[in-house]
Amino acid sequence: MELKNLLSEKRDVILERWFDLILKSYPADTSSFLRNQKNQSTNPVGHTILKSIEGLFDKLIEGLDHTSGDSWSSFLDNIIRIKAVQDFTPSHALSFIFDLKKIIREELKNDPVLNSIQDNSGSGNGITVELSKLDSRIDALALDSFDIYMKCREKIYDLKAKEFENKTFRLLQMANLIYDKEEEQRLDKDHGNLKKAL
Amino acid sequence: MSNKVPTPDELSKIDYTPPKKGWMDTPVEFKPGTWCYGSRPKYLESVDFPNPRDWKPTDDDWKLPENWKEIFLKGMEERLRKYRSFRLFMDICVRCGACADKCHFFIGSGDPKNMPVLRAELLRSVYRKYFTASGKLLGKVAGARELTIDVLKELWYYYYQCTECRRCSVFCPYGIDTAEITIIARELLNLLGLNTDWIAGPVANCYRTGNHLGLEPHTFKNSIEFFLSDIEDITGIKIEPSFNRKGAEILFITPSGDTFADPGTYTCMGYLMLFHELGLDYTWSTYASEGGNFGFFTSNEMAKRLHYKIYAEAKRLGVKWILGGECGHMWRVLNQYLDTWHGPADFLEEPVSPITGTTFENAKSSKLVHIAEFTADLIRNGILKLDPSRNNHLKVTFHDSCNTSRGMGIFEEPRFIIRSVCNHFYEMPEDTIREKTFCCGSGSGLNAGENMELRMRGGFPRANAVKYVKEKHDVNMLANICAIDRAALPPLMDYWVPDVRVAGVHELVGNALVMKGEKERIVDLRGEPLPVKSESTSSEEVKEG
Ligand code: SF4
Ligand code: SF4
Repeated sequence: MELKNLLSEKRDVILERWFDLILKSYPADTSSFLRNQKNQSTNPVGHTILKSIEGLFDKLIEGLDHTSGDSWSSFLDNIIRIKAVQDFTPSHALSFIFDLKKIIREELKNDPVLNSIQDNSGSGNGITVELSKLDSRIDALALDSFDIYMKCREKIYDLKAKEFENKTFRLLQMANLIYDKEEEQRLDKDHGNLKKAL
Repeated sequence: MSNKVPTPDELSKIDYTPPKKGWMDTPVEFKPGTWCYGSRPKYLESVDFPNPRDWKPTDDDWKLPENWKEIFLKGMEERLRKYRSFRLFMDICVRCGACADKCHFFIGSGDPKNMPVLRAELLRSVYRKYFTASGKLLGKVAGARELTIDVLKELWYYYYQCTECRRCSVFCPYGIDTAEITIIARELLNLLGLNTDWIAGPVANCYRTGNHLGLEPHTFKNSIEFFLSDIEDITGIKIEPSFNRKGAEILFITPSGDTFADPGTYTCMGYLMLFHELGLDYTWSTYASEGGNFGFFTSNEMAKRLHYKIYAEAKRLGVKWILGGECGHMWRVLNQYLDTWHGPADFLEEPVSPITGTTFENAKSSKLVHIAEFTADLIRNGILKLDPSRNNHLKVTFHDSCNTSRGMGIFEEPRFIIRSVCNHFYEMPEDTIREKTFCCGSGSGLNAGENMELRMRGGFPRANAVKYVKEKHDVNMLANICAIDRAALPPLMDYWVPDVRVAGVHELVGNALVMKGEKERIVDLRGEPLPVKSESTSSEEVKEG
């Protein structure tokens, strides 16, 4: 039996455990809200986390039998973007990726079918090879998540700086202290609204 | 949470569940990015606010007066006597929890002390201790607690994490308005000089110059003149508005943010174009040059002091009534407080549109009309020539500002205007608009830079709804009728939903408005190329999501 099939069979229970573990990083009152309120609009955090881990899990498995590039970044981005502005240290914000390894290991360990294959035929070796492949895919996911986390944090600092810059620039402009046309255009462009030549 | 980086193995063993302790025993921790800087002494001095000094919220010593506790409790006692609603809100909560998950800050942060019921409980517990028999007697058992420095810090931390948006009050079966509790808690904190720089600065500026930015009259005028040359470039029409003109029929007041920062500036251009096209007999004031009122975020008294300048100026200029630009809390202040503060403005006339003859009966007492009402009336009467196809490059959704919607009930007018000036309009999900609208996350003076993480969390429910319509309908423009929104939503979009931009409704009006004698427009008010005309440009294509 292929690892991919095994994991697909266990998709629901793995995802449920994964979701649970992520929610445990929030205070108890909060985690029950995040779990139980199903409305996408009124519980955007819970909804986004659930959808993201579903997507990540499917992408992880999908990629087990081909080596094409991974298209999990939007799922990863959605969940990390939230954690990057909540009260988490970077390591805690990203630890949910490593949780998945643990959950999968535990689920497989308890699986009677897998155990009997390994005991009787020794064909469990194939699974072991696949498992280490899965591990490196999860590692790749972790590495990507560092990049995304950093990008989110940089964005926050960028927004803070822009708030300041916007105000100062316009004040100077109004006091007629800025004559530098090029500088004006550069700033306008930075803010995404370079006036087109009329 | 510790800052030490755990090994992967440690990570897999971490038990995340935070220790189970009662909320009263969990002291506040000032997390980065969630709080605003303390106010500088010069700002407090200029409006005679107590305890001006240099201080940082993270300092151990807040440099409070020795009898700070007495001041706070005395202030509380006075307000319990003065405001029946405050005493009622302190007494009647049954802790049913209906409001608990309705606050955008709780939804976005997951911090239980951002649940409205718990936010209110922070102060209520102090109330019980000092003002109820059971609390005095039974203490903690009766939900009462001593006012200590730690408690005071907690109050400051969480009452500056509430945008006074009133969403929670919509769901409370008893009509408890946590926003009002926040308003009073902030008043009490202000008695000890516990303000934020971002609020105290605009208050001091406004007191001195008439606007939050501290623009002197000539600078204010300059900034408007800036727009006039842009308008002339775009339309070929030269506009010459008047300033401080005695005898004008109407005084126009808008938040100074619209004269100062994009994209509010484009909204301001829209006003100027509309009034010119109508030939409206109106004037700007360089003294009452602010519609907003940050005083409202410090104390009732300060709000009142700042507010009156609008009426004093209307009196000085001898206008008949006042027209107000797209602003949020300006309208809340007017709608809820004006009559109690100053009584009806009897020296003005009941507003009548000089163009359509419509009487604005809702403004009978305040004599102040919201521009969304004014423009909707013009369109309903077929006064304006509009070409909505000029906005065809925009797929628009509308964010109800908390203040104009829950504070004043303006729901239909801006939607009617948008539908008239744009061909593509889509509503966000029902739970997130109209009276249930989600706050921008930056209202009530929380739109500073240093608390960006807090703003992003609080604004997430709003952004998430925008993301939904972006994915479903390709929405690329978030319209609103509030200057704080125009300042706060662009960074919010930048973080959560890049490629969605923000516009005041009158920017869209300015784009669509066909003006007498204008040259062929090739760009919109932002100077960006207009969409190419096609056969079907004038067809109505209004959809809802
Ligand atoms: S909904 Fe009203 S009564 Fe219920 S907990 Fe909230 S404030 Fe209290
Ligand atoms: S008024 Fe708004 S910000 Fe304040 S507690 Fe209620 S929902 Fe939250």
